Amino acid sequence: MAATTVALARPKRTFSERSVRFWNRYLLFIYTGLAIVYLMAPVVVMALFSFNDPAGKSNFLWQGFTLEAWLDPFAVAGLQGAVMISVGIAFASTIVATILGTLIALALARHDFRGRSGTNLFIFLPMATPEIVLGASLLTLFVAIGAPPFFPLSGVTILIAHIMFNISFVVVTVRARLAGFPTHLEEAAMDLGANEFTTFRKVTFPLILPGVMAAALLAFSLSIDDFVITNFTAGGTVTFPMFIYAKARIGIPPEVNVIGTIIFLTAVGLVALSTIMARRRAVRDEAMARRFAAGEGA
Amino acid sequence: MGGFLRRHKRVVPYLLLAPGLLWLAVFYIVPGFQMFMTSLWSGTLETGYEFALSNVSNYTEALQRFWPQFSRSLLYGAAATLLTFAISYPLAYTIAFRGGRYKNLLLFLVVAPFFTSFLLRTISWKIILGDTGILLGPLKDLGVLPEEFRLLATPVAVVAGITYNFLPFMTLPIYVSLEKIDKRLVEAAQDLFATSIGAFRRITLPLSLPGVFAGSLLTFIPAMGDYVNAELLGSPETTMIGNVIQNQFLAQNNYPTASALSFILMAGILVAVAVYARLLGTDELTAGGV
Repeated sequence: MAATTVALARPKRTFSERSVRFWNRYLLFIYTGLAIVYLMAPVVVMALFSFNDPAGKSNFLWQGFTLEAWLDPFAVAGLQGAVMISVGIAFASTIVATILGTLIALALARHDFRGRSGTNLFIFLPMATPEIVLGASLLTLFVAIGAPPFFPLSGVTILIAHIMFNISFVVVTVRARLAGFPTHLEEAAMDLGANEFTTFRKVTFPLILPGVMAAALLAFSLSIDDFVITNFTAGGTVTFPMFIYAKARIGIPPEVNVIGTIIFLTAVGLVALSTIMARRRAVRDEAMARRFAAGEGA
Repeated sequence: MGGFLRRHKRVVPYLLLAPGLLWLAVFYIVPGFQMFMTSLWSGTLETGYEFALSNVSNYTEALQRFWPQFSRSLLYGAAATLLTFAISYPLAYTIAFRGGRYKNLLLFLVVAPFFTSFLLRTISWKIILGDTGILLGPLKDLGVLPEEFRLLATPVAVVAGITYNFLPFMTLPIYVSLEKIDKRLVEAAQDLFATSIGAFRRITLPLSLPGVFAGSLLTFIPAMGDYVNAELLGSPETTMIGNVIQNQFLAQNNYPTASALSFILMAGILVAVAVYARLLGTDELTAGGV
């Protein structure tokens, strides 16, 4: 009897219980705010120093405000070429890796086959390999072949490397989107007489398109930002990150910060845009489903 | 074609896999083998190289000579992994359990900084941590810190840089595993008079462990192989194994030693991944999403 009373009475709040409540209610949000400030700080500094008017070459101390770098970001010798090469390689590697990776993701999400777990591991390994090992091992291969188009190193070898490391990231991203959507839509299309290709074009592809776009965006941003692997496979080719690295010791011109800020804003803008579009589509689909359900009821 | 595919349904997945896996085989697996072969070379770029199994001494020599850098990589990598965990867990927890309608926005804010160039982010830290920079300057002016105090060119700056740069690799897997937890389990525990701490310790934490494991693996591996942070934020006393590998490859042209070092690094990672796959299976590895 006594035991029941004890069990039923709401336990008295101890000090630790109260501090947990306080933590849950306020501190977690304060903490999250601070964490976001911490995460954003370097981005803000980068953008801020694009307006700096450095006295000498080094752009490490705030000297004064100027718009000079923004008005002519390509004034620095070699910067424009480096950016063009990076953008070109990013586009090409994104297209190839997105196609190859999406096909693998379709196989993993849509088919049961022997060698599945081996394939999973095979896809994961390049992501788990440090970039330096990926770059270094490709370099040993290219040096051992010792003939064009692999040697001497060039934009082609950079492209080969970027496609390689992007495939896994595309697979993982597309697969994550595919996991949620049911196969019965495709089965219905086939039952209605569509063949495999029509089914893919009219049903599967539109469904996976948002995932494919997200994967392409990720691949593009990984490629345009890659330094370590590129450094091993570039030879004399100078990409945008390699340009930054070469200048890091003597001082980064503010023009580089301008380009960095533009790339950041473009990427963030594209992600925001695709999120908004996905939400619109969801709202529209829901409205249509509701209208359909109402019509059926009447 | 369509008819062939319908008759041979089992071929379809292999046809889908073939081009991508072929690319990975030629430009990921083959280079791995080549690197192994190269690690057993002797000679120099001028005299030409020769392959011999007896050159396995390349490994012992490389380990002996660069042991300080290896141990530093282990230490910095482990420290950075612990720090990313300490920073990420409460962050991922808040977003997953308290995010409400701001969940996606918060997640976006966590990932957005990483759309900036990796190098520019690191150089920004160089500005922030500078001897008279935004952080130390005011503290020195107030007399809180001595004039000669510095963070740049110390292990602290290198570990801080690595922690920052690889943070999402920890936050996102933890978030994914927390997000999957059925919130009713936590409520049930609390209905059964578990304290908040008890419910967290017995329900939430154990269920989020796969994310913690995945995050630790995904953070520790690149942290261990990194050399950009040590190069930009450190000093000659903070060089890591990555600095040695890139120097031996690209400046010294000492391919055999550099390959042996890379291979040792890779072997350690393969062991870690194998242990992970054994404990938690391979489907989790690529199913989480980035």
